[in-house]
Amino acid sequence: MPIKASDDDPEKARRFREAALPYLDDAYTLARYLLRNADDAEDAVQECYLRAFRHFDSYRGPAMKPWLFAILRNVCRAEYARRATAPTSAIEDVPESAEQTPLWHEAQETPEAQMLRRWDSDTIRRLVAALAEPFRETFVLRELQNLSYREIADVAAVPVGTVMSRLARARAMLRSAWLAEEEQRK
Amino acid sequence: MTCEEAEMLLHALIDGELDAGHTRDVENHVAGCPRCAAALRDYREMSRMVAQSGVRYTAPAALRQRIEAALPQPKAAPNRRAVLRGFAMGSAVSALAATGLVAIVLRHDDMERIQSEVVSAHLRSLQAGHLTDVVSTDQHTVKPWFNGKLDVAPPVVDLTAQGFTLIGGRLDYVDARPIGAIVYKRRSHVINLFVAQTASTERQTARTESLQGFNIRRWSERGLNYWAVSDIAKDELAEFVEKFEAAMRAGSAG
Repeated sequence: MPIKASDDDPEKARRFREAALPYLDDAYTLARYLLRNADDAEDAVQECYLRAFRHFDSYRGPAMKPWLFAILRNVCRAEYARRATAPTSAIEDVPESAEQTPLWHEAQETPEAQMLRRWDSDTIRRLVAALAEPFRETFVLRELQNLSYREIADVAAVPVGTVMSRLARARAMLRSAWLAEEEQRK
Repeated sequence: MTCEEAEMLLHALIDGELDAGHTRDVENHVAGCPRCAAALRDYREMSRMVAQSGVRYTAPAALRQRIEAALPQPKAAPNRRAVLRGFAMGSAVSALAATGLVAIVLRHDDMERIQSEVVSAHLRSLQAGHLTDVVSTDQHTVKPWFNGKLDVAPPVVDLTAQGFTLIGGRLDYVDARPIGAIVYKRRSHVINLFVAQTASTERQTARTESLQGFNIRRWSERGLNYWAVSDIAKDELAEFVEKFEAAMRAGSAG
């Protein structure tokens, strides 16, 4: 990547710090859920911020967070590709078929279903991490990052309709897991 | 509306992404369909649980430092004396630069003063009987109440479904001008959202400051300045602002 003169500009760096660093925790959270590994997430976020800084001149808004996320997602994609070609790396990604097969058997829904039991954060993290990649990404962008459907569509480079169906699938899978646990406890 | 249609639109309803017409359709369907009503209730509960569960991560300090170190370092901030020296040097270029700096310094001082007035207004509001002039959880009651009291009626959106309960509105004074305050509650915590008109239509992204133990999140959008003030945690306040902005976007789209 060629270094532009503006990359040394402290004023640009100041504006970038102000605009982008408040989202560091958000970016790290997204990377953790996308890559499911703390070290890789750190590397990806660092790479994301450096790329974002280099492209900051062309940033025209409106919202910084989705702009950063789109960059971060590309970095994470590159990391997936690296994992896929590295024979020794432990690939923990869910196989493609996971998109078609539910992760949990569908629990019988009862209209008078009792209130859902509260889950602790470890359980929620585990279940979200177990979702197949497109569903996990959509779910995290919506529920943990509060992006609008339009923003999620822009970050994931898919139509809004796809965002809606992925989100519906992700939530339905989590609800099934939830209700299945309830069944077991009876 | 069939269950299949409702199934998909339930999510848009929860997320505040549905226009008024579809909202009515889904709500009508849910009213007559126990199965979809149970799904809606579960999904809402799940969203709330996930939002409150603390499953976000905090970036390690070392990561922040590495990123900071990789960016060009800022010059030492100019103090006022340096600014004046700029004038004294008489060079057109430095005088021009200095003028710009003066404007920034003054604007910053102004912002700080208004910020502390906003916090004072928040504190005043917490005293018994001062919180609301109009008490209502209905946005269609709160919004018209402001009509005629202010040059511009502040936007009032109900965020109860997103975990922030609208409890009313109030007329307050900041910077010697009347200002609208919309009052929300998060659990037992009060959030005052102050809204004032501004000449500038430039959009400014939200940023958080802390003053006297309160968090203030400030942003500008469509010719309005916003300050959300509360003693809730910074990330919860940021969440409030995001939900507010999302609801505003949904409202203007629908």
